[in-house]
Amino acid sequence: MAINRPFNRLPTASEILEPSPAALMRRRAFSHYGFIFGGGFLLFIVVIALAAPLIATHDPYDQNLAQRLIPPVWQEKGSWEYPLGTDGYGRGYLSRTIYGAQVSLLIGLTVMLISGVIGTAMGVVAGYFGGRVDMIITFIITTRLAMPAILVALAVVALIGSSMTVVIWVLGLLIWDRFAVVMRSTTQQIRNLDYIAAAEAAGCSTLRILLTEILPNVFNALIVVATLEIAHAVLLEAALSFLGLGVQPPTPSWGLMISEGKGHMFFKPWLIAIPGVSLFVMILCINLMGDGIRDVTAPENRN
Amino acid sequence: MLIYTVKRFGMALLVMLAVSVVTFTLLRLSGDPAAAMAGESATAEDIEYVRKHYGFDRPLAVQYWDWGANALRGDFGVSIYLKQPVAQIILDKAPVTMKLGGIALTFALVLSIPLGVLAAMRPNTLTDRTALTIAVIGQAFPSFFFALILIYLFGVALRWLPITGTDTWLHYVMPAVTLGYYATPAIMRLTRAGMIEVLGSDYIRTARAKGMLPGIVLFKHALRNAIIPVVSLSAVQLGFMLGGSIVIETIFSMHGIGRLAWQSIQRSDFEMMQAIVLTIACFYIVLTFLADVLNAFLDPKIRVH
Repeated sequence: MAINRPFNRLPTASEILEPSPAALMRRRAFSHYGFIFGGGFLLFIVVIALAAPLIATHDPYDQNLAQRLIPPVWQEKGSWEYPLGTDGYGRGYLSRTIYGAQVSLLIGLTVMLISGVIGTAMGVVAGYFGGRVDMIITFIITTRLAMPAILVALAVVALIGSSMTVVIWVLGLLIWDRFAVVMRSTTQQIRNLDYIAAAEAAGCSTLRILLTEILPNVFNALIVVATLEIAHAVLLEAALSFLGLGVQPPTPSWGLMISEGKGHMFFKPWLIAIPGVSLFVMILCINLMGDGIRDVTAPENRN
Repeated sequence: MLIYTVKRFGMALLVMLAVSVVTFTLLRLSGDPAAAMAGESATAEDIEYVRKHYGFDRPLAVQYWDWGANALRGDFGVSIYLKQPVAQIILDKAPVTMKLGGIALTFALVLSIPLGVLAAMRPNTLTDRTALTIAVIGQAFPSFFFALILIYLFGVALRWLPITGTDTWLHYVMPAVTLGYYATPAIMRLTRAGMIEVLGSDYIRTARAKGMLPGIVLFKHALRNAIIPVVSLSAVQLGFMLGGSIVIETIFSMHGIGRLAWQSIQRSDFEMMQAIVLTIACFYIVLTFLADVLNAFLDPKIRVH
């Protein structure tokens, strides 16, 4: 074995034994730059979002018309009282950005959960049962893929009336397709392995097999897709809010902030730059973390 | 080959039917066409009158049947707002969106395929990492933010390109770049993966051993085989672009189907919304069908299952 053994004392157990798979995975994870950077910065964003009431200098809903459109502190007329400037209603941009992170993360996570449950259920059932069930579910997935998601989301939200709840449910019920496709193919890969056959032979009920044998083994792929779908959900919500059919004012959503700022864009670019860069950074971190998880748990799926 | 094509065609028709049913049901369940038609200042009696007059009180299935029978004859109803046949309006606006999608896809392919090939020729080097970084960064930008940045840079600060409208081909540059760059990472990664796989295969090694010029090996043999899955992906991405054109066309004020969709949504124009969703779904289905058939033609292994 290619392990360096100490020559002047008896070796300890951890020096003789091969590192456990968990230890190997930890080693791979912490040497993967994308994962460290993405995950670390995302953690930072989450902490800021959670600590928003403590950190934000002003109330994000507090309008102050005397202080409208103040530039950020690094420009001439800026001041440290409003470090990132103010918007058209005099609301502090730093506070709105921080609370906007809350909104984005909240929507991203809930939409991911809803679409994840739907998509995983469909994918695992299709992969496990195969045959006619698979055909029907594949047909449903194909139908959903053929419909332009953002158009349908816009139409339904416009008709029902937009609010955070409506947006979350409409998006959640629409973007489960990636979950379904990935879970279906992953389940198919393990469907014919011996331990599934053993569980069936032992008389386990189908539900039990699905929950205790299949789910834990598709979990790695599930985490990767879930992470990437959080980013997808954040992007979709931003697009909806930008068009005015997402989160409603005065709730701070980065897409909405970009929309409100675009009228002043040419002379006061920070109004769209700051929320835009925030969106970019958050999506980048989530994608990096998702790619990192995939590289760490299943490098063969990288392409 | 023929049986495969027929089966795929049948499937495509079924999916189209399913999409129309789902869209119809979703729209009718979410909102009230009678209220939309009657207008904002209508009383409850007016809305009831409109409902009876246009048959919105019939069961959904009967309404759908009616709509479907007309649609098969090419009559997609009349726009509540514009008072003109929906089909004609869509046909008028379609060319703009088609042009936009075509240019956007061309841009994406021209950018991503060479990048992918370059990255595959030198895997895990700086070139590769740079290309992958471009891909990762490209996927993180929201499309509307990217569009606004382009407008600010090229439309206002540098004044190189026009911002709104569709008069000349220059008007299409910024919208096409915005729409196309989103497909770039996926196509680049797929090209790279395909090329890496193909470049490691035996027949490439044979070609090199025979003394063929590296350029010919790369293009005539390797790229041709690696490009097959990219064809499918391009068709799918074009379909997505047509759906995503709603945001881009609205920002750049282009009179295409996307902007028409946005206006119809704002006006609760049910007939139009239904027809537009169906049109875009139809394009997506046709594109994926063509991609499937082309794939089966190029790679006979696919036809077997």
